[in-house]
Amino acid sequence: MSARNIEMTVLRYRPEQDAEPYPQAFTVPFTDDMSVLQGLQYIKDELDASLAFRWSCRMAICGSCGMMIDGVPKLACKTFLRDCSPAGVRVEALAHFPIERDLVIVVDDFLAKLQSITPYIVPREARSPAAGEYLQTPQQAALFEQFSACINCLLCYAACPQYGLNPRFLGPGAIALLHRYNMDTRDAGQDQRMPLIHAEDGVFNCTAVGYCSKVCPKAVDPANAVNLNKMESAKDYFLRLLPGARSRA
Amino acid sequence: MDQYQADVVIVGAGGAGLRAAIAVAERDPLARIALVSKVYPMRSHTVAAEGGAAGVVQAHDSLEHHFHDTVAGGDWLCEQDVVDYFVAHCTEELVQLEHWGCPWSRKADGHVNVRAFGGMKIERTWFAADRSGFHILHTLFQTSLKHPSIRRFDEHFCVELLAAEGSTRGVLTIDVASGEFVLIEAPAVVMATGGAGRVFRENTNGGIVTGDGMALAYRCGVPLRDMEFVQYHPTCMPGTGILFTEACRGEGGLLVNRDGYRYLQDYGLGPPSDAPRNKFMELGPRDRLSQAFWHEQRKGRTFEGEHGSVVHLDLRHLGAARLLERLPQIYELAREFLGIDPALTPIPVRPAVHYTMGGILVDGRCAAPLPGLFAAGECSSVGIHGANRLGSNSLSELCVFGRVAGEQALEHARSRPLLAAHAAGTRRQAQQAMERALLPLARQPGRERLSAIRTDMAVSMERGCGIYRLGSEMQTTCDKLATLVERCDRLGVGQRSRLFNTEWLLALELGHQLDVARAMAHSALERRESRGAHQRLDGFEQRDDINYLKHSLATVGADPAGPPRISYGEVRITHSPPGLRAYGAAGEAAAAAAAPSGAVA
Repeated sequence: MSARNIEMTVLRYRPEQDAEPYPQAFTVPFTDDMSVLQGLQYIKDELDASLAFRWSCRMAICGSCGMMIDGVPKLACKTFLRDCSPAGVRVEALAHFPIERDLVIVVDDFLAKLQSITPYIVPREARSPAAGEYLQTPQQAALFEQFSACINCLLCYAACPQYGLNPRFLGPGAIALLHRYNMDTRDAGQDQRMPLIHAEDGVFNCTAVGYCSKVCPKAVDPANAVNLNKMESAKDYFLRLLPGARSRA
Repeated sequence: MDQYQADVVIVGAGGAGLRAAIAVAERDPLARIALVSKVYPMRSHTVAAEGGAAGVVQAHDSLEHHFHDTVAGGDWLCEQDVVDYFVAHCTEELVQLEHWGCPWSRKADGHVNVRAFGGMKIERTWFAADRSGFHILHTLFQTSLKHPSIRRFDEHFCVELLAAEGSTRGVLTIDVASGEFVLIEAPAVVMATGGAGRVFRENTNGGIVTGDGMALAYRCGVPLRDMEFVQYHPTCMPGTGILFTEACRGEGGLLVNRDGYRYLQDYGLGPPSDAPRNKFMELGPRDRLSQAFWHEQRKGRTFEGEHGSVVHLDLRHLGAARLLERLPQIYELAREFLGIDPALTPIPVRPAVHYTMGGILVDGRCAAPLPGLFAAGECSSVGIHGANRLGSNSLSELCVFGRVAGEQALEHARSRPLLAAHAAGTRRQAQQAMERALLPLARQPGRERLSAIRTDMAVSMERGCGIYRLGSEMQTTCDKLATLVERCDRLGVGQRSRLFNTEWLLALELGHQLDVARAMAHSALERRESRGAHQRLDGFEQRDDINYLKHSLATVGADPAGPPRISYGEVRITHSPPGLRAYGAAGEAAAAAAAPSGAVA
């Protein structure tokens, strides 16, 4: 495999001295099996050891290396230099998040949102391991499994125009995980979660662009979770107007 | 320097650390828990485990079978009382994970399904497709959010385990974002920092797997046990080392050489059969399969690829539908990283370093010889893996011993809380540790590059401590590591600002890696026999139970920059005396001979 060169233009930001981020170009030799992440590692190892970016598993499961690659939110580990334009590739920190340094973003906002959705099973009643596992058919499991595949990489937040405008929006990833627990037959926590769905910063913020699902590297389809909850929320709203109906919100 | 007090501080927030934290929070909601991780918990390397977790569930299986598979799989270098405890508690922990939401794959009747795994007599591997570790990690992380008593220190890099007067006092960490030091005082410390596979060149591990906890404990005088036993996983992506799970073979995948021949039959694993047979052929243990690859390569019967020799992992006969149901991540990795559709084309694979069987010496309660220090998961050596781990035992280990470590740490914190009189000494110690950690920033960056030292280490470890080992090559590696320690001590960091300074943290990590690498290389050099994952070709090809049915212990010497001291500890054997370790037809014959009454053990 012969090596060719590609120009990688990386958005740099040094909080201690830069008023704003600036691009820096590096010439990187690459082979056809090299990822954008491996290109960045080459820069860090051989050209500029100060370049900051998060990575770990390099197999698209830890969710660390989300970044904008030629303007599109992607995982650097499974985006290949061979697929980038021969003219070069632009690598920037994920959109819509504050930059900590270079390609590293501040993720506190997502963690707070994750905490807020009651992201765990709320059991109907206490159950000890001695009672054995819950029974759940493959059909029942299929209702939530897809949404449980979220790796928290935040590409969907970088893709969401609404999150860019209103950072209080619960957002695609957190809504997908909220829906994952609501759909789980082991869970009885729906009543705790639905107020977040109905709320001002809940699902009706979404303008149904669907870009979140397009960029999701794990086919979670958060847009679908948002849509299903829009219907659920609307149904809830109208049911409340019926005589004798009990409000769930 | 910021300061916090906790009852229990846990370093590492992967499977073991999170399970420990939940155990403490459940037992005592008022206990103050500090959970420290150099990454966000969901990035921890548990996330990359694919195949599944072992726990006996089938009526025709038994704890005794799981025990025997584990002890024989470890070539009898296991602590048998600890293995007894382990196999007896796996299933309840996996059920507990199920109650917390882990999406284990199910059978049509709604019960959890199990699959076959290497070296296991009966199917007992619980799985969530081929993303078992991912789901375990996220289930534990999200469940941990239920407990307000768990105070997380995400992206805090631990630089020192603090100990005085023979017991732990806490840890000193760096807040990565600000570069500020944070002292966490606690009477009990749980190390749960994972393995150290990154000291080798070709490995399946994430970049964060740098043996930090092992090195921190080692520097406090705690022995690292059985460090020479490093597992090569037989089926990894050439070049990157990305893992193709053993579940590929559990589901029926075949290994063939360049002649299309199922070569494992030539290495005591046959005879081959069409249907997968437990403990035969592709369902043999990892050490034997990786060794077989080495021989095939020597015989010139492998394919030559861009990144060295490969054999083929053939999944074609399973069909696309089955692959997408059972092995969706493998399907995705093959397609996206190799451009191969595994339903149509075999996957090229070769062995890569995967797992450290050894680690911080702890007893069955996860307690280290240093009072107040506990350890669980891959960073620990609790004694269940011996000389070779069986696939799917480590995910169960995280839960079984994560819980034990948390509960024991809490007990310790209650019975021996920190005293006000300790505070001044601890802070003085933290001050000294801080000055040491700042050294790379104080030095002028010279010609020496961090990445060059790291690469030299990884190449040298691969050469000296690979699948087969020679005394002379191990000696060369030991010598090389000594020079790398000196080079590392001269390393300066170019980035002067401490704000998110990854260059600085990599320099500190490299120091950890070198300590661990030396413990591995010197332990390997001193073990003059072949056992499990430690195989020699220089006159010590046989297992030697007379001299080496012993655990190695690598302890820091009087000169902390010098080589480790190697000594030996006894192996606890309760009811399985060392026997012939055999698989395939030979294994079946050996089992029949051991149980003449007809009841095959």
